[in-house]
Amino acid sequence: MYLHPRFETLQRSEIENLQMERLHDTLKACMNSEFYRKRFHDAGITVDDIRTLDDVTKIPFTTKQDLRDNYPFGICTVPMEKVVRLHSSSGTTGTPTVILHTKKDLEQWAEAVARCLYMVGLRSGDVFQNSSGYGMFTGGLGFQYGAERLGMLTVPAAAGNTKRQIKFITDFGTTALHAIPSYAGRLYEVMEEMGIDPRKDTKLTTLIIGAEPHSEEQRRRIEKMLGVKAYNSFGMSEMCGPGVAFECQEQNGMHIWEDYYIVEIVDPVTLEPVPDGEIGELVLTTLNREAMPLLRYRTRDLTRILPGECPCGRHHRRLDRMKGRSDDMMILKGVNIFPIQIETVLMQFPELGNEYLITLTNLDANDTMTVEVELKEFTDDYARLQSLTKEITRQLRDEILITPQVRLVPKGSIAQGEGKAVRVRDLRKTLI
Amino acid sequence: MTVHQISVFVENKSGTLLKVLDLFKEAGIQLIASTISDTVEYGIYRIICSEPARALKALKDAGISADESDVFAITLDNYPGRAADAVSIISAAGIGISYLYSFMLADKGILVFRTDNPEKTAEVIGRAGMKALNDEALLSLV
Repeated sequence: MYLHPRFETLQRSEIENLQMERLHDTLKACMNSEFYRKRFHDAGITVDDIRTLDDVTKIPFTTKQDLRDNYPFGICTVPMEKVVRLHSSSGTTGTPTVILHTKKDLEQWAEAVARCLYMVGLRSGDVFQNSSGYGMFTGGLGFQYGAERLGMLTVPAAAGNTKRQIKFITDFGTTALHAIPSYAGRLYEVMEEMGIDPRKDTKLTTLIIGAEPHSEEQRRRIEKMLGVKAYNSFGMSEMCGPGVAFECQEQNGMHIWEDYYIVEIVDPVTLEPVPDGEIGELVLTTLNREAMPLLRYRTRDLTRILPGECPCGRHHRRLDRMKGRSDDMMILKGVNIFPIQIETVLMQFPELGNEYLITLTNLDANDTMTVEVELKEFTDDYARLQSLTKEITRQLRDEILITPQVRLVPKGSIAQGEGKAVRVRDLRKTLI
Repeated sequence: MTVHQISVFVENKSGTLLKVLDLFKEAGIQLIASTISDTVEYGIYRIICSEPARALKALKDAGISADESDVFAITLDNYPGRAADAVSIISAAGIGISYLYSFMLADKGILVFRTDNPEKTAEVIGRAGMKALNDEALLSLV
């Protein structure tokens, strides 16, 4: 049931002791880098000031901008000849970021991925197909090495070419597939066109999904279509890649490996910790990395810790599905609101389409939110339109504690261009 | 007896109405009457035209949100106060009118309306001896 029983079944106090021990080593190693030495010096602290896990909050945050400013090798804490691999982000939003790995880093990363895959029931003898992009993107090699470490026949199918992907699934007897949720849907469509019934004509039993926001309903739909169990996963290139947090067979939240990371959830504005169960920005400190340890790295991902114990016996805490990016947060009348909260409410109405736009204004010094949402099928029935509007408004108010103006609009009127969808327009003016 | 009315869910943006009217022009469909109801929440453009079924298809093919509904169209003798008489008969029966508009065609006043109880409305119209039109009867007046 556990690949690493020694680490996976640690009690909370044991996890914390191990974290403190590893944090101490990490901090010592960090002092080999000019970057961290300056950080600590500027903050007026030394490694000796960090004596308990609570002291972690004294350490300054590390951000993506820090990685850019120190591109490419500025945060390295080992001699460069010990570095054996690097991965890089695409750099579409600025200077790319680079993450360096020693041999041991790669081993530890592969172990983490293997632990995750073992946790969802995969074993040597399974055939694992990876539809991630290979190369600089970490989802390719990350899963490859982890799956191989577990002893599975691992098919580096890489992204795209759906028909070939399906041919591999049928020819090689693939039992487990890694794919983003939207691509899983696409695979099913093409299988249908090809006359392949995934439930009968393939050996697929397990699907690993992640990287893309999706709802529980979407997961269940994919499971039914493909006849598999689908497990959610979380990773990011700054934290190696895949293998940071993964669902167990309970499918209720993703265990984040606390022998690898110190986990904090903070309010993205005040940067103060929020209690378990509340949404905030995920902040991670690596405990198991040589070449490029990251201290209190602000992931910009919003999530919450799911309170309570998991029946699987692991005491590593569970993260909820990612709720979006902290950059998307709005503050209205002093209340923090995330677009995903609004989206979740809207998507529960079958009458509504997928497109919506949130507009913030402050006429008369009063913050006002208008939510425009496309109506899927228009019916000229004023009473029904009105009661639908009222019901949407009521449910939104229950969710965000503010009463928005809801406007139903014709489909096609909230046109989205290519690239990232624009969901929020803030037209508020600063008032003096 | 009722006529088919086309309702278009319109964006509050200039050029939207022209887009609809241009579609009718291209399809060679004649507009008989139309009205815009513009509430704070939504704009609805309601149209009586020569070929409602074809109009609806043209609109939907163009990706425009539209709906077809049955509305009453009654002809009135052309003298002041006739509309009030007609509406009072319907109100007296406890029927609510959702919306109403009127126009003149071939020297007849025509009152178009939708109510919250179509069955009872048809019955009241018949009993009062008012003349309700269907699509063909309306078109024959054009």
